Amino acid sequence: MSKIDIKLSGVGGQGILSIATVIGQAATSAGLQLKQAEVHGMSQRGGDVQSDLRLSTDEIFSDQIPLGKADLIISMEPMEALRYLPYLHSEGWIITSSKPFINIPNYPDETALMAELGARSRVIRLDIEALASELKTPKSANMILLGMAAPYIDILSADQLRSAIRAVFAKKGEAVVEANLSAFDAGFSAFHD
Amino acid sequence: MSEKRLLLGDEAVALGAVHAGLSGVYAYPGTPSTEITEFIQNSPTARERGIRSRWCTNEKTAMEAALGMSYAGKRALVCMKHVGMNVCADAFVNAGITGVNGGLVVLAADDPSMHSSQNEQDSRFYGKFAMVPILEPSTQQEAYDMMAEAFDLSESLKLPVLLRIVTRLAHSRAAVEVGSLREQNPLCPDRDRSHWVLLPGNARRQYVSLIEKQPSLLQAAEDSSHNSLQLSEKKGLGVIACGIACNYVREAAPRDISLLKVSHYPLPVSLVRELAAHSTEILVVEDGQPFAEEQVKALLSSDYPVSGRLSGRLPRTGELNPDNVAAAFGQPAMTAFAPAKNLAGRPPQLCQGCGHRDVYTALNQVLSRYPDARVFGDIGCYTLGALPPFQAIDSCVDMGASITMAKGAADAGQFPAVAVIGDSTFTHSGMTGLLDAVNDNANITVIISDNLTTGMTGGQDSAGTHKYEAICLALGVAPEHLHVVVPLPKNMPEITRIIQEEINYPGVSVIIPQRECIQTFNRKLRARKAAQK
Repeated sequence: MSKIDIKLSGVGGQGILSIATVIGQAATSAGLQLKQAEVHGMSQRGGDVQSDLRLSTDEIFSDQIPLGKADLIISMEPMEALRYLPYLHSEGWIITSSKPFINIPNYPDETALMAELGARSRVIRLDIEALASELKTPKSANMILLGMAAPYIDILSADQLRSAIRAVFAKKGEAVVEANLSAFDAGFSAFHD
Repeated sequence: MSEKRLLLGDEAVALGAVHAGLSGVYAYPGTPSTEITEFIQNSPTARERGIRSRWCTNEKTAMEAALGMSYAGKRALVCMKHVGMNVCADAFVNAGITGVNGGLVVLAADDPSMHSSQNEQDSRFYGKFAMVPILEPSTQQEAYDMMAEAFDLSESLKLPVLLRIVTRLAHSRAAVEVGSLREQNPLCPDRDRSHWVLLPGNARRQYVSLIEKQPSLLQAAEDSSHNSLQLSEKKGLGVIACGIACNYVREAAPRDISLLKVSHYPLPVSLVRELAAHSTEILVVEDGQPFAEEQVKALLSSDYPVSGRLSGRLPRTGELNPDNVAAAFGQPAMTAFAPAKNLAGRPPQLCQGCGHRDVYTALNQVLSRYPDARVFGDIGCYTLGALPPFQAIDSCVDMGASITMAKGAADAGQFPAVAVIGDSTFTHSGMTGLLDAVNDNANITVIISDNLTTGMTGGQDSAGTHKYEAICLALGVAPEHLHVVVPLPKNMPEITRIIQEEINYPGVSVIIPQRECIQTFNRKLRARKAAQK
């Protein structure tokens, strides 16, 4: 049996559900079992959002990941990555954007936040928005993040994820597909030569 | 031929209904049920088949229209969030008395943990109250499969069937194997008036007939493939898991338990008795309120050990999850890491550029001169005006309560008494209250914050768009005390002047700040840009 439990997090509107959709598409094409709990409604209005994504070769029961069982936290925002620490497995990885999204008056001290994140092992972080604008694909920061996470989603190959990006964005036209693929590749090669 | 599709629980319900020969879905948007109707609205199959799917004004109009479609012989679905059941309860309970003609399925999406709700009432109580069958799927696949069965059951028992789901099923995606399409029923209105004209003489007969159907309801539940009993080799812990709770039990429970999965009610009493006979104690695991636990306790002898949410073995409030269910089996959660130190809550907030922001800015500015003022809020995005930075409302109870509570408080002598209500909430349940206020010449100021949509649930059509002035005038609001303004910072002097004047007017005044929701506005802008490319 092979499985992976992924906690996706961010702030409403940052595009975590697109990451979930791509992984979901890849998993379905690969014939894996999948459950993905999403957040809709009130919390989407600029609040914290998270999604539980569970992939497995065998039957999955709970839609939600138990505490201490997540293999990965993939986050569009550094404080939102830390919010779900109790869900992370002792050998789990955090893949996160390093750029704070500050829309609350009491956001923690950024230096202290970065120090807490930096003091951890098994953390991959990058200013994905800066890289996205460098690549001239400002709307594809989430696919950079997915690229960074890809080597840790060992139940799926990078090519399976690339095909899924193609399938998910196809109806938005070839330019959008290419932008998202190059963003994915940039994230993938940033930490994986 | 079978096909697998990745579907939300809500979408599985919708597709299941379409495939079961649905002719109309009737609903008012409400988290977590909204995506059911939206899926049918966007389904090419539904469009080809002419399935009626326009949003209704509230859950009661939805329930009654669906009953009318059933009366005419066709299959109808009503969808709502749990508190919508309160709104349509009159029609729902009486539909149990009339019975149905075409299949009628009522879907209630409960929200334990109140992710987007003001209470966590359990809709199964409504099903028992109305004495109709209740189905409670545990997976997306079961939700899909149950729709066809629910319509068949409704037509064979001639009763509405209640289908209860919870947020975690509604908003979770999984692969669903979908089946084939059934034809819609032909038009065939019921000819038997005695079922439908609920004069006391008929109603008494119909109620007796409903009571007489109860043994067949129970038999259907006992025989249902959705209720299953697995007995362990050794007599020990017996578990009753209802609906989605079954997944948490299967995730967390030790292997040597006996398990009764319940997804079809009335509670299958002989299966419960069989489980009890084979067990030394029973743990009831159910999301919501202790509906089954109370019944199980009543069924067994008073010294038989039964535990669950009522006994405290599971938490009394909030939704179930794999962790609190594991704890009920004596397995505490194994966290590797403590919560982070540098954390702050990030509550939802009104969008930047939202017109409700300008409404609260203006209102707060005027009311700063009236320290005794009270603002009665309502249900929608603008309820977020209760949070900083605005902290502008003093109450939010149920759909429409802003106007009527303001009236009652004004009757008691409260001044100023201001109501803030959204456009869609106003047509849902505010209009009748405004008529009361007009008839009694209540000293209230009503602000209908009109963003031309049902914003909180994602921008569905609002029933009264472009009709609000006409509605208020027709209800008797004096034309000189009815104002439409555009909530923008540049109009602040005009808006604050009007609010100030109308607070001082001793009677009913209505101010309608009107500007499109920034979310729907941006969505249309993006669609236009995409079309130009």
